[in-house]
Formats: sequence, C-alpha cells, structure tokens
Amino acid sequence: MTKMLVGNVNEIDIKGSRKLLVGNTEIALFRLTTGEVLAVENKCPHKGGALSEGMVCGSRVHCPLHDWRVDLHSGNVLAPDTGHVTTYEVEIDPESGHIYLTL
Amino acid sequence: MSTLRKKLVMVGNGMAGVRAIEHLLKLAPEAYEITIFGAEPHPNYNRIMLSSVLAGGASMNDIIINDLEWYHSNGIRLYTGHTVTSIDTRQKTVYTDKGIEASYDELILATGSNPFMLPLPGAEKEGVIAFRDIKDTQIMQETAKTHRKALVIGGGLLGLEAARGLLHLGMEVSVVHIHEYIMERQLDEAASVMLRKELEEQGMKFLLKKQSEAILGKKRVKGLLFADGEIAEADLIVMAVGIKPNVELARKSGIEINRGIIVNDYMETNTPGVYSVGECAEHRGIAYGLVAPLYEQGAVLAKRLAGVQTEGYAGSITSTKLKVSGVDVFSAGQFTEQPGSRALRYQDEIEGVYKKLVIKDDKLVGAVLFGDTGDGAQLFSMIKNNENIKGMEKELLLGVSSDALASPKGNRLEAMADDEIICGCNGVSKGAIAEAIQSGGCTSVGAIKACTKASASCGGCKPLVEGLLQIYAGDNAVTVKEGICGCTTLGRDEIVAEIKRMELKTVKEVMNVLDWSNDEGCAKCRPSLNYYLGMLWPEEYIDEKESRFTNERYHANIQKDGTYSVVPRIYGGVTTPADLIKIAEVAAKFDVPMVKFTGGQRLDLLGVKKEDLPKMWEELDMPSGHAYGKTLRTVKTCVGSTFCRFGTQDAIGMGIRLEKAFERLNTPAKVKLAVSGCPRNCAEATIKDFGVVAIDGGWELHIGGNGGVHVRATDLLCVVKTDDEVLEWASAFLQYYRENAGWNERTAQWVERVGLDSIKQALDDREERLALKERIEATLRLTSDPWKQIVNEPELRKNFEPISQPETV
Repeated sequence: MTKMLVGNVNEIDIKGSRKLLVGNTEIALFRLTTGEVLAVENKCPHKGGALSEGMVCGSRVHCPLHDWRVDLHSGNVLAPDTGHVTTYEVEIDPESGHIYLTL
Repeated sequence: MSTLRKKLVMVGNGMAGVRAIEHLLKLAPEAYEITIFGAEPHPNYNRIMLSSVLAGGASMNDIIINDLEWYHSNGIRLYTGHTVTSIDTRQKTVYTDKGIEASYDELILATGSNPFMLPLPGAEKEGVIAFRDIKDTQIMQETAKTHRKALVIGGGLLGLEAARGLLHLGMEVSVVHIHEYIMERQLDEAASVMLRKELEEQGMKFLLKKQSEAILGKKRVKGLLFADGEIAEADLIVMAVGIKPNVELARKSGIEINRGIIVNDYMETNTPGVYSVGECAEHRGIAYGLVAPLYEQGAVLAKRLAGVQTEGYAGSITSTKLKVSGVDVFSAGQFTEQPGSRALRYQDEIEGVYKKLVIKDDKLVGAVLFGDTGDGAQLFSMIKNNENIKGMEKELLLGVSSDALASPKGNRLEAMADDEIICGCNGVSKGAIAEAIQSGGCTSVGAIKACTKASASCGGCKPLVEGLLQIYAGDNAVTVKEGICGCTTLGRDEIVAEIKRMELKTVKEVMNVLDWSNDEGCAKCRPSLNYYLGMLWPEEYIDEKESRFTNERYHANIQKDGTYSVVPRIYGGVTTPADLIKIAEVAAKFDVPMVKFTGGQRLDLLGVKKEDLPKMWEELDMPSGHAYGKTLRTVKTCVGSTFCRFGTQDAIGMGIRLEKAFERLNTPAKVKLAVSGCPRNCAEATIKDFGVVAIDGGWELHIGGNGGVHVRATDLLCVVKTDDEVLEWASAFLQYYRENAGWNERTAQWVERVGLDSIKQALDDREERLALKERIEATLRLTSDPWKQIVNEPELRKNFEPISQPETV
C-alpha cells in the first residue's frame, strides 16, 4: 500500500475529472457536486474507453464511447450492462485541499 | 468596489426569494451586495420535496437547492437561524433576534407562510404538529418509531401527502376531512372518489364530513373529538388544513397588508424600497401557495431590481399534481363546469383512468386527470395560451389515436424464431425479450430496455418490442409515457414550454422544478437541457460545459483509443498554400499518425494525444472547424462559375459567405450545408440539411437532406434571385429548426415529422423570416472560437493535462 499526494481539489472542476499515471495504471479522479473526490481505473470494462472523458451525473460516470455507466463509489457497472472497475481510496485534507491516493 | 454596490437585504431564505436572487445574479451580477436572513438553520431547500423525504424517496441532502458553497461563491452573506424582528423603513435597517442589524437600499420580504393551525381546545398538546418544514418531517419520522395511530386533519393536497408519508413510515393513518370528498379544490367528485379508492387500497382510511371539535389527552394527544360526538384515537395529529401568509413582520413595520403583503405588478409594496415575493405576498387579491407562480413573480422582481425592462406580473393560472406514490392526479385551471362552459369526460373504471376537459368558447379552460397524467403539461400549456381547440377535442380527450391499437404486427412477430435479432444495435434476440417479459417481470418498454438493452440505442426496433410486449404480457403490459430520457416523463415540447413559462434558467433548476428522477440527470437529458436553455435565453444563459458530450468539452472528436482528431476550419473548402504548409508542419511536429480529407472538404489530423491538443491549436492559429459538435459543420462547394464551364453562379463565394455567417452556431444536431454552382449539383447539395443549387438567374433552396444513416433527398423550399435572399432564408430556416426540433433530431427527421408545409408556412411571411433572422444573429453575435479560448485560459487548459506528478508520502 502506497499513499501519495496527487494534487489539490481545486485543480479538478466540479462534475469534472483529471487523470494521472501511476506506474502503468492510468487513474481517473472525479470531483462530484457533493465535494467528494473519487478515483477509479481509467478504463471502461466494455472496450477500454477513458472514463475520465465521460459525463459525470451524480456519482455515476457515463463512458464516452458507448455510454456504459459506472458507479464511482463501488466501481460497479450499472444494469443492464455488467462489469467492474477498480476503485482507489482517496483522502482529502480539509485544510489544504490536498488529495491523497492510496494504492 | 463594494462601495459602488447597492445593498440588497432579503428576509427569508426560501424557494421563491432565492430564486429571484439567482435570477438577479445572472442579470446584474455586480449590482448588489446581498445579505439574506433565514430563520431555519438550513440553506435553501425544496419544500415541495418534503413529502418525498417523508415518503422515503429522498434525503435532506437531495432536496437542497443551493448549498452553502453557492452562497459563498456568489458573495452572498447568509445568516441562517436568524429571525428578523423589526424593520425601520425610514432608516432602512433591519434588526434580528440575535442582535444583528443590516442596512439596505432595497429590501425583499420573502417570509413565506405559516401552517394554519385550527384553534381547537388541546391544540397545544404534545404530538400535534403541522406539515411544513424539515422539523415537522423529523418529528413524524421519530413518532413512527414508537407510536401507531396517526390522524391527518385535512384532505387536501398537503394532507394526503403527509398521510402517504406516514403510511410509508408504518403508521395507521386516517384522514379527517370536513368536505364530503377529498381534494375538492382541485378535483371534481368523480376523480376524487377514484383517488380515495386508490388510497384506501394503499391502506389509508378516511373520515369524511367530520368537523373536529377538541383534541383529547393529558400531556400527549390521545384522540380527536368530533362535533357529532364520535371520537377517533390518535398518537399523532398532523394539521394540514392550509397555510397563511407570514405577514407579522410587515404588519409591525407599517407595510400595507391584507391576507398577505400587498404588492403591485412589480412586486413593490406600498413602502418605497420594499418588495415582497412568494407565499407571503398578495397580488391582485391572491396569495399563491404553489411554486410556479412564485417563480414567475421572482423573475419579474429580479428584472425590476436589475433595471431590466419587464412587463409586470399579471397573475397565474395554476395547476396541481399530487406527489403520492402509485397515484397520478393532475388538475389545472377551472375544472368545474360553470354556466357557458361544457365538459368532456372519459372514465375507465377498470384501468382507473379518468379525464375531464372543461371547454368554454372552443378554448380549454380547465382539466382534471386521474390515473394517467402524461398529458397534463400539454393541456396546461393549452389552457395558459388560450388556444382554440375546436376539432381537436376528441384527440385531446382520448390521447393517442385509436388506430395504434389495431396494428397487424402480431402474426409476423409470433411466427418469428426465438434466435432472430430484434434489436440490431445491441444484438438482442426475440427469445431474450420474451424471457425478460415472462420471467424477468418486465411489463413496459422501458423495463425491457433497462433489462435487455433492446431499443436502447437507435430506437428503430421499438414498435417490435411493443408488439412482443403485447404478445407475452397481454393485459399486464403497461404503457409508460416516455420522456426525453429515463429521468423524466416529460417530452421535449413540454420541457421547453415549462422552461419558458417558469423562466427556468439552469439545468439544475429545470430538474428540480420538473421533478427529475435522477438528481443530476444523465448523458441524454443534460446536453439537451443545456441546448434548450441556451437556445431560449441566448444572452443570459451560461453554457454548462460539464453538460456537454466529450467531443464538445474537448473540442475534438474522441476516437476509440482515447485519442482525438483536429480539423481546422476551411471555409467553403478553399485553402491557401501557406495554410497547407502550416497544417503540414504542425502535423509533422506532433507526429500525427494520419492526415485525411474529410467528407466535407477539410483536413483531418487523426490520432492526436489529448495533452497535445491545446499546443496544436496554438501553433495552427486557425479557427476550430467544429467537426465534433452539434453545430454547423461544413459548407461543401463545387467550383461554380469561378472556373467551371457550366457554372451559372459563384458557388465558392456563396459557400464561404454561408460558412462565415453560421460558424459556431449551436444546433439540435449537426448541420451540413452545400452550394452547387449549377443544376449538375456537384457539391451534392440535395442530401444536405440546407442545400443551395444555382440556376440561371437565381438559387434553388433545398432542406432536410441527409447522406447518413437514412439517406434522404431534400425537399425544395423555394427559389430566390439574390445572394442576400439565400442568406435570409438560410438564417430563418436554421433558426426555426433550432427553436422547434428535438435534441439530436437531424433536419431530415424533423422535416418528416412536422411536414414540409408547416415549415414553408412558418417561413413564408417576410416579417416572420426577418424576426427569425434577427434572433439567429443575436445568438451568433455571442459566439467565440473555443480553440482560442482554451489556448488563452489556463483554467480551461488544465483539463487537457494530467494532474500533478504523484509524490509518495
């Protein structure tokens, strides 16, 4: 388990996302309207679409390629499609707004 | 800078007042320093949704309209939990119970209303409450954990919603009502009786024609005594008999009141600098308790405060919808028959559907719907618009045409093999659909779609899916009215009408007011609402880039491997050696894997990494070709009279002129134009959305063509003589399309749907044409090149780069 500082919340737009590369894994960070920041592997289980490019609705993201919907909390694909993406633990320092990612 | 701003103070932090402030911030963001006092300890929430909180469909967080961050980012000073106790209208200062004073230049009283509590002996006992705010809701939830019997006094809208919520919490609920039938102010007797039956089936009991006399019990309520001597036991009594405007503060401060705070058509009270809006205000003798009129009032007030010219508020015709699970009730306007009016009724006791239309002088003046309220918004807009409905009565009453029921598709479908594919997009077989219906419990097209994905993409197989539903589910099949997406039951026209009527100005507000089932919508409705709002309010609306599809957010086409493509604009397909060199150099510098000519005479640089996009745009220094958007794409041209020996007109010049006129225009779907210099039509103008073909001495104008999925040749719109006329008609046509087509509807589908004649008719009158042209020009004046904007603004540019390099801690 490695914990790392990956940026600040104000670098991500609300209902927006940023991506980053850790080793060979591309990770997408999303900032929800609720203020939460969530992280998932940036790869739709369907055809590998970059989830970071998708539209964020509530706590779901719509894959930009074929509109599969992924729940960002659980990483589960929503019905009628099925599948799962890896989620990562995110912590935010309430004072500084620093985002820490553990993987 | 703050010294230049006038001070605006608002008393009350409810829906109507804050709505007015939101509107004001858009019209005049710099004009005021705003302070809001709210007595409740919460930010602004959607009171209409309290019944959903109570019924378990929503949490408190779900119903917050503006969170604290919103107040903060708009520079509004908010005092929650502060009650304003007095106003000095001479010194222009307000005072609160916590010792704060605030001076104002303009003051808005948005104090809302209080629940009306019957003055019964014993009304002060523990367990007697109203249904008005979050606190009441919490008390009900707490009580349900330890007590069983609840009485709701009041069989109106609010009472029934409270009763339904209490049922949901597991209490035994009886509704006490003084009238002989419930919701008598919104429903006629027939609909009311159907509603009561439905609610009784859900477990609600009714005590009708009962006058309450006293509340029994020692410290806590035990029961309710009626005038006829009967007694009903109760551990909780909810009074939901009505509301009264909260005028106390106004009264004490010498502001004129009657039932509510008296305002004129501009929401001004009789005291200079003091306005009132919402449930506390009384306009032309009426104090409204519904959100739509209050939003209309808020819009007028905001314009007044912003110094924008506005027509005054003229009162509202209201409509009601009961928000109770499993029951659909709608009523609008004058729903009882009066002398001079007549009523048409449709009543189906088996399906539990009732519909009544009240008509006066061939105009719809009122409607009641029970069981199927899908047509409510449409009927309501007809009532509001005073539309003549002569000849349409039967269709309005029966809804869908009856021939839809008698289609012969059954036989063919039944004979089809199980492995035959019904939905070609998603590969769903007849067998899979049959199984979803028979063992999966799907009884509607929507359910089948959600379960199997059949008809979820292009929708072309929907009639077949409907047919299968008839075969396998038979009488169990339910027709659910489908809206623009799964988040709403409203269709495009209904949504646009409501946005106009209530002057809704943001995506969030539309979803909130029109009862969206997903609080942030989906990838289908968000872009469409963003488009409709931008089309309706070009000057005020701030485009929500987060509600646009990927391509339009990153201004390039996303490809299957996550790379993008760059297409510079090449007006009319004409370029120069210098531009070609520049494009070639940039392509080489950034290692673009493929350079290709597009179908519309442009150069496509494919396979570009997202991070490289802004740098490439910067180096190219050319305008965006919008090859990615729902907007004007290309204007294809042939060489025309410039070089061609057959050319009769300057097709290149005309093409460039059209492309420059309409570039960057937002449209419901992509739009392609072409100009051919002679009837040989080398630019293939008759398969474009708007095609221009030169003839000797003039131009033929064609519309509604498409070379895509379903090839469609254009229809001839008209023939004109001059270049200016081409532009005039093109402008009018495009704007008419923008204003009337559905989101994602190409002109080809739209022309087929509404008919060529209706479009010709709309554009035929020159005055109308010029008005449309003026509106499109007003919109076009506000556009800018997105590539340039991203190159210049680091805040936008950051989204193209990965977030900072991770550091292990």
